[in-house]
Amino acid sequence: MRDRLWILAGLALFAAAITVPFWYVHTPARDLTKIPNIVLPANQKQCVAPLSYMRASHMKLLMAWRFQVVRDGERKYVAFNHKVYDKSLTGTCLGCHNKEQFCDRCHTYAGVSGPYCWNCHNPSPTRAVAAAPETMRPEEDAPNLAQGLSAHLLSQIRHGQPSSFPRSRP
Amino acid sequence: MFMFEKAIVGSRRYWIWLFCVLCVIAVGFVFYMYQLHVGLGVTGMSRNVSWGLYIAQFTFFVGIAASAVMVVLPYYLHDYKQFGRVTILGEFLAITAVIMCMLFIYVDVGKPARIFNMILHPTPWSPMFWDMISLGGYLFLNIVITQVTLTAEREEVAPPGWIKPVIILSIPWAVSIHTVTAFLYAGLPGRSFWLTAIMAPRFLAGAFCSGPALLILFCLILRKTTGFDAGQKAIDALGVIVAYAMVINVFFIVVEAFTVLYSRIPGDVAHLEYLYLGLDGNYHLVPWMWLSVLLAIVALTLLLVPSWRRNRVLLPIACVAVFLSLWLDKGLGLIVGGFTPSPLDTITTYTPTLPEWSIVIGIWAVGALMITVFYKIALAVHEEVGEEEVHQEDVLVARTASH
Amino acid sequence: MKITRKDFLRLSGLSFLAAGSMEAARAIAGRSPSAKDSSEHPAKHPVQWGMVVDLRKCQKEKGCTACIQACDSAHNIPQFSDPKHQVKWIWTQPYETVFPFIQNGYAEQSDAGIPVPLMCNHCASPPCVHVCPTQATWKRADGIVMMDWHRCIGCRYCMAACPYGSRSFNWFDPRPHISHINPDFPTRTRGVVEKCNFCEERLAQGLRPACVDACPEKALVFGNLADPNSEPRQLLRKRFAVQREPELGTGPSVYYLV
Repeated sequence: MRDRLWILAGLALFAAAITVPFWYVHTPARDLTKIPNIVLPANQKQCVAPLSYMRASHMKLLMAWRFQVVRDGERKYVAFNHKVYDKSLTGTCLGCHNKEQFCDRCHTYAGVSGPYCWNCHNPSPTRAVAAAPETMRPEEDAPNLAQGLSAHLLSQIRHGQPSSFPRSRP
Repeated sequence: MFMFEKAIVGSRRYWIWLFCVLCVIAVGFVFYMYQLHVGLGVTGMSRNVSWGLYIAQFTFFVGIAASAVMVVLPYYLHDYKQFGRVTILGEFLAITAVIMCMLFIYVDVGKPARIFNMILHPTPWSPMFWDMISLGGYLFLNIVITQVTLTAEREEVAPPGWIKPVIILSIPWAVSIHTVTAFLYAGLPGRSFWLTAIMAPRFLAGAFCSGPALLILFCLILRKTTGFDAGQKAIDALGVIVAYAMVINVFFIVVEAFTVLYSRIPGDVAHLEYLYLGLDGNYHLVPWMWLSVLLAIVALTLLLVPSWRRNRVLLPIACVAVFLSLWLDKGLGLIVGGFTPSPLDTITTYTPTLPEWSIVIGIWAVGALMITVFYKIALAVHEEVGEEEVHQEDVLVARTASH
Repeated sequence: MKITRKDFLRLSGLSFLAAGSMEAARAIAGRSPSAKDSSEHPAKHPVQWGMVVDLRKCQKEKGCTACIQACDSAHNIPQFSDPKHQVKWIWTQPYETVFPFIQNGYAEQSDAGIPVPLMCNHCASPPCVHVCPTQATWKRADGIVMMDWHRCIGCRYCMAACPYGSRSFNWFDPRPHISHINPDFPTRTRGVVEKCNFCEERLAQGLRPACVDACPEKALVFGNLADPNSEPRQLLRKRFAVQREPELGTGPSVYYLV
């Protein structure tokens, strides 16, 4: 059995490869079994859509917003509760939510690497992306949330435009 | 699948060649990963010269792909039987060249992960959309044609009747792929160097000399390394094709130069001046363009004298000269010349960088790998059929002898 | 009349092909009926955004780059020292390179050498829109030539097509080269093409473009070219205006008062 060495080596490689999810893990061990510890916004209880919808389809909503704002010029979103929001990831979503404490926690837990929104969009309307965003500590975010939130959100909700600058699409 | 088992049986020399080619591909791949990670800024391209070696190579090799028509047309449309052994080589070259073109586009694009957007959001008013359609269709056509004809040859039956119209279709389709590529350039109002009706004819003429020249070189190499003889008549005929096409190609270049230089419109003259004389102290491309001219003269001299064209030493020299001359003119001068000077009269030099060259050579190596494997398969089928013919002859001799 | 199945199929196939080819021909002509984001006929829309650049006012302060700085900071435009990799939405270029037809022989103006602000011209018939293979750039009904950075594949065909050199490519990741990021506007990634967008995000909020607001001399006049009483239209009636390369038929929306 001169192939014994090759077979054993191949088996070892296979075993290592098939168990990769168990040993090649980035999340600290203490977080592995718990559900993600997301921090909800302090001042807002209702999102732009019902919780069940957002849980399942927030990505679809964002994609729809992306298309509508950029390609159709439609910036206003009339929510299910008839409130009007600006279709903006940074302005509306991240005006309430904290990216590191909310979005990233679930995404990391679920291993979602898809959203490359952050390559371009900023993590909040008052905070620009840093060159190395992972260095920002969570404590720094808390005071910004309450402050930047209501003023900015209010400024986003408008019901009309000055007459000389008509809406982007009739 | 597709007789690839024939490609894994080979001599020591064959495997050493494949190994070297794979090494070059690996180097190119590593540099591509670097480019993907850092950005296209690692190349020599710039805001003013926003297309460079990658797109130039794409343009050049679309021509090589189209040149298969130069063997397919005489054989299938005009029953020129001498090309019987060469058509499969031409068609395999077409497949290889189209794959190389697609690779050149892939490495040139800023966001290759999104390249599928061209299919998700079809844009029929964009020449690039039609380029994708025509190249994809041509690739598909040639895959079907080679698969069917080669299988038929191996089974020693006539290929099915429906393949004939498919092969005939590949003839205008070949012309179309290079015309569409020319249309990418020839419809841009702001680039006067490209805004000329003769772009498509010039591309085709260039393709029809550089492609068959490459095919001749392949035939000669195959004759030397494997004993496969495409036939002296076929090679001579290809030589005539290269000669005529080169004459037409040079004529088109002269005709272009006349219009530009005689009209003396500054915006038009500036591009030719930059390429051949240098402009504003910038002589970057001048030696390469004159090298292209010199090679063209050498090639024409060798090709137009019949005894020299048929000479076993001079023909390959002529073919190399044609290929290099066209490569310099179409694979470099055309693209950079179109961008320089810029719309605001700025001259930005373009020098391909090391990563850029490595990626380009890596893709050439992919082409070399593919053509080696394909020709191995074609030759193996040919040998197999030849052996069986010999075997049957032996059986026949034995039977008649025993009676 | 008896018709065989084969003939029927052949006939219907040909009819289908004929109908389809009409559709294809129409699409190629550019008036695709199904594309939602294809531009409507511009003349129907009551707004056509345009800009008039008053070069006499622009000259007043030598070395002024207020418009450029405003645009750069509002839009997170990366700063590169190597001119090969620069990203420019609004920039300046000497007069004689912008308007080569004016500086002819003895007709040399005293304006020789003065910097002229340049930006995307938001052409009426934009070659960049014609060639984009993914519709990542298109002409909006209100005249703005928009860019969708989510869709751009970075093929740079639009850069080749633009006769004015208005477009820039992100040769590298722009973020390390932005000194101060404005959180209200996204940055872009490497691998996409970008250009002046007439501040469409500001227009949506009822604001003027950043460069227009920033100019201390009010040399940049922005408004609705379709409205005969708008500020740019009034200026165009009073003064002689030129455009860049008008003979190409692109129909720029940017006019220069010389």
